[in-house]
Order: sequence, then C-alpha cells, then structure tokens
Amino acid sequence: MSTLTQQEFVLGFFEAAPATYSNLRQLGKESFYAQGLPALKAEEYKFTPIAKKLEMSLTDLSPTKSIQINAERVKSALFAGFKGTVLVFSNGAYLPEHSTSTEGISVRLLSENESTPLGSIAKADKDPFVALNQATFSDGLHISLEKNKELDSPILLLQFHQAQGGQVISPRIWIEAGDFSKATFIDYPISLDDAPYFVNKVVEIKGGINANLTYHSLQQEHNQVIAVSNLVTDIQKDSQFTSTQITLSGDMVRNNLTLNLLGSNSVGNMYGIYLLNGKTHVDNHTNVDHTIPHAESNELYKGILTDQSRGVFNGKIFVRQIAQKTNAFQQNNNILLSEDAIINTKPQLEIWADDVKCSHGCTVGQLDEEAQFYLQARGIDKTTAKGLLLYAFAGEVLDKIEVDSLRNHIVAQIQERLGSKF
Amino acid sequence: MLSIKNLHASIEGTPILRGINLEIKAGEVHAIMGPNGSGKSTLASVLAGREEYEVTEGEVVFQGKELLELSPEDRAREGVFLAFQYPIEIPGVSTTNFLRTALNQVREYRGLEPLDAVKFLSLMKEKMALVEIDQKLLSRSLNEGFSGGEKKRNEIFQMAMLEPVLSILDETDSGLDIDALRIVSNGVNKLKSEKTATIVVTHYQRLLEYIVPDFVHVLYKGRIVKSGTKELALELEEKGYDWIKEEVDSTATV
Repeated sequence: MSTLTQQEFVLGFFEAAPATYSNLRQLGKESFYAQGLPALKAEEYKFTPIAKKLEMSLTDLSPTKSIQINAERVKSALFAGFKGTVLVFSNGAYLPEHSTSTEGISVRLLSENESTPLGSIAKADKDPFVALNQATFSDGLHISLEKNKELDSPILLLQFHQAQGGQVISPRIWIEAGDFSKATFIDYPISLDDAPYFVNKVVEIKGGINANLTYHSLQQEHNQVIAVSNLVTDIQKDSQFTSTQITLSGDMVRNNLTLNLLGSNSVGNMYGIYLLNGKTHVDNHTNVDHTIPHAESNELYKGILTDQSRGVFNGKIFVRQIAQKTNAFQQNNNILLSEDAIINTKPQLEIWADDVKCSHGCTVGQLDEEAQFYLQARGIDKTTAKGLLLYAFAGEVLDKIEVDSLRNHIVAQIQERLGSKF
Repeated sequence: MLSIKNLHASIEGTPILRGINLEIKAGEVHAIMGPNGSGKSTLASVLAGREEYEVTEGEVVFQGKELLELSPEDRAREGVFLAFQYPIEIPGVSTTNFLRTALNQVREYRGLEPLDAVKFLSLMKEKMALVEIDQKLLSRSLNEGFSGGEKKRNEIFQMAMLEPVLSILDETDSGLDIDALRIVSNGVNKLKSEKTATIVVTHYQRLLEYIVPDFVHVLYKGRIVKSGTKELALELEEKGYDWIKEEVDSTATV
C-alpha cells in the first residue's frame, strides 16, 4: 500500500466534487485549508488522532458512487415492528424509489434546491470536517416539516454505505421544522460489506418556535469504518430538542454535537451510550451554547468499555453573560471492564452569567463486584449477572428512547454483546 | 446435610477462620454467636462462595457434594441461601425481573421447566404475603431507597421464592425494630421444614426468642469455642462474652 504525501492527501479530498453550490464549496475549501486536518495535539482532537488514522487508512480519496440497493435489502434493514417514514440513502445519495412519504413532510434533493442555506448552522470555520464536507458533499437531502405538523411516528434515515472505487462518503442533510411541529428522526447507517471507508457527515437542524424534535443516532457500522459526524441544531424559544447517540462499533468514531439554545424556555437534551470492544475508538464531543436566559440543558452519557477500546467524552457547556437563570446538568459515567480500556472524560464549563444552576460530574469505575456476587448468590450465572448489571447501568439512557422498535433493536444488540439474555 | 471439617479461611493473607467444625442435620436450627470480629460473617460468606476469602484448609460437604468446589451460583442452585447482612442496592434492576431470572436459572439447574409470567406472578403473590411485603416495592429497583427493614424483608422474600435447603441468615436482625423483627422471624419460621436447615448468625439473643435454635455455638478468634442449647444464648445475653474470652485466652496461653 503506497501512502500519499500530505499534499496529495489533502488535495485528494477535493477531486471530483460536484459543480453545485460552487460558492459554498469554495468557501468550505478555503476554510479547510485554513484549518487543516487536526494536528496531533490539537486541543479539540487531543485524544483522537484522526488525521493520522486517515492518512494510514485511506489510499483513495475519491467520493464513492451510489450503489444499487434492492427492496429486500431495505426491508431487512428495518427494525422489527418499525412503523414510520423511511428515507433511504446510498453512500449519501437519496433513493426516492425505496423511500416512503408522509403528509406534512417534504423532501427535496439539495442539488435541486441551491437556495438551502447550508453552512448557516454548521459553520465551516468551527471544525475542519464541516469545512471538508461543505467542499465535497456529493448530494443530500433537504427535509422540511410543515408548521403545526405533529408526527406520531418517526422518520428513519436509512443510510447504506459501501466503498468500491472510492473511500470517502460525505452525506449532508438539512432539516427544517416549522413552528409547533413535532418529529422524531432516527439516523441509522448500515455497512453493506466489510470494506473500509471514511464517512464524514454533516446534519443541520433548524427548529421552529415551540417545536419538539428528537434525533436518535445508532452507530453500528463495521470495525474498519472511520466516521466523523457533525450534528448542529438551532433551538428556538419554547422548543425542545433531544439527541440520543448510541455507538456500538467502528474503527474510529468522532461525534460532534452542538446545540445552540437561541430562545428562552428552550430545552436541549443530550443522551448517549457507547458500548465498545476490540480496538474501537469513540469520541463524543458535545457543546451546548446557552445564549439566552431561562433555558435548560440536560446531558447524560454512559460508557461501557472492554478489550483495548478507547472512549473520549468532552462536554462543553457555554453560558453567556446574558443567559441568567440557566439550568445545565451534565453527567458522564463509565465502566471499564478490562485493564487496557481507556476513557478520557472532561467536563468543560464556561459560565459568564452569575445566576445559574450548573452541575457536572463524571465517574470511571469497574463493575460492582459486590452486586455481582449478590446476583450469583441467588443462582444467576456470572455472565448473566454481569450483563444484568451493565444493562441496568445503560438503562437510564435506553429509557429515553421512546420508539419501541428502535429501543428493542438496541436492547437486543446490547444483550447479544454482553452475552446474556434476561 | 452440612458437614464442616477443620475449615480455615483468610482474607488478604490474614487468617479469620482457624478450624471450624460443625455438623448440621435436616430440620435443625443452629445459631452462631460471638463477639465482633470473631469470624461469624466470614463463615457465612465462605459458605456462600464470596471470592475475597481464600479457604486454606478443611472441607465442607453439603448433601454429599464438595461445596467449596462449586461456584456461588451453583451453591445457590444446590439450595444454599445467604440472607445478606447488608443487602446490595442495584439501580435499574427490579426485584421482580431479577428474581424471575434467578428462579428460572435455579429451576433449570434442578431440571424443572421455567415459570411463565403468570405462574411466576402467582407464586410471588403467595410468598409476598409471608413477609408482608408490598408489590410496589418489588417493581422498584432492587433495594434502592429501601429502609433497613424493607431490605431484610426482601431478603426473606427472596428466600421464600428460591426455597433453599440451607438458609444462612447473616445478622438479619441487626437494625430491625421489633415489628420488622417479628415479621422477618415469622417468615423464616413458616419456611422451616423437616427437610431444611437454618444457620442464624447473630449478635443478640433477641432474635432467638423468635427463631428458636436447637443449638447455639460461640465463635471466637475463628473457632467454635463453646456449643450448647438455647440456654447458652440466654447466658451470653446476661453475662456478655468476656467470661468466654477469658476461658479461651487462659487455656490458649497454657
């Protein structure tokens, strides 16, 4: 395997970018050059040497082509008992023939709606991968939800990924939710085979006033996948936004989640589970920006790590001077099951207002042996006892997932991983 | 039923049990008493299979099987039950869910069909009455936020559900008021039969007014230094442990 020079490597990203959004792409490219790939000790990527990982793993930086998906494949990917709207993507490209429609939701290709204000929420200068995606995304979807529309079933973003000629997949999604609307999204990428690829996704969500939006993301792509995602949302007054991020596998995964609380009486919730084994490396960087008074944010991430896996959690809470009466809560709890598993966890609070309630806490520990013995002393075998305890540990986050079919799917995955049924 | 011969055990290199000998037959209730640090709870823990303790010598035969060679879960499945001195709180696991898992694993080991939800529930209702425990409590996380009395009642409730052959009650009376003590003791007494045996580890004679022992053993410095009938417990209550300590220590120095 020949390695690319640094220059070839960086230039490689920009080959074969589509002609749409030429101005935006140019700005993205400039921003990317200005930032470069994160340097080895760059603060924001301190524990996640992603540039090195990319240079070592990628030899072909051309974008992947859309691949043929048959209806059977789509059907078999759905969670048992799933009811809702299904939007299917192949390597980032939307496949209308496999997707379903629901009244009140409109979907349009980004390439056919160049007026979409891409980059206005996820800003290119905030992160080099946002800039890179902005310069190179192939196509994507503009999803809008009508004012007053309350969906009672979720929208599944089913994304099939498979590298063939190229190795970079750059999905881009823009979601706009009208005032008083309510919707739940499920972000679910699936690897079609075990060939390696790099997926660099950007999702921008513009919420309306009094909107109630939920975004569940399930990451279980195979263990050769390098995945970076940036989810950025603007939250208006009287609104609620909830994110759950469940990560079960991957080679190196970096999730940047940014919540901008822009209106008073808004609530932002960030929940996550990472259940890691092998050499999987998962980095969750969250950032909530309290820009106005009387808003609330809640955060709870739970990690279970074994083998040589590595987890990183960085939770930034920014409370601006004007944002009095802010309530911000953050918690990150981790269980390490092996000697070699590592977690780096860091709460990062910047508080400029003086009348706020903010709390944070992180814990790193082992499985409670007393509790395990208690269960064994009642006749439960060691593996099941362990599984039961770990499942209970993660349960607090799983309970936040109100979509039964999704939760059942995740529970089954977790139980399988923990090697026990209960 | 249970035969303990010359049992030695230590924790982190410190010997705690220094040669316990005890024979227990079906239908019997044995009380183990003794001052603090004499090894009472260690004996209970070693029998249940707690891993921190290292057995350095001796053997324990339970119904013809080498107990010390079994895992904690297999001991439970064979019919040994330890009511914990400090029941563990486990957030996120309901008593109901945990007990169904436990009971069905025990049943599987004994070659019985698993209980379905309906049968499990009706069994639970029956046993709940025995220890006057509320169903609401059982659907909550295991022992989380339970009062001391509720935790101990939950222990006896679990015992009732699992129907052990040998029950070991480790200071089940500590921290209980008289009403809770009565309820817990009633539960234990109702579960006694000619086929089962009970070991009551306690500090106080009070419990033994409710659960009447056939034999009382005094543990001191890791050995059983005196055995007798329930009258011995009364004597201990009256005179304390000092006279026994003196007796033992004086002979030991000879």
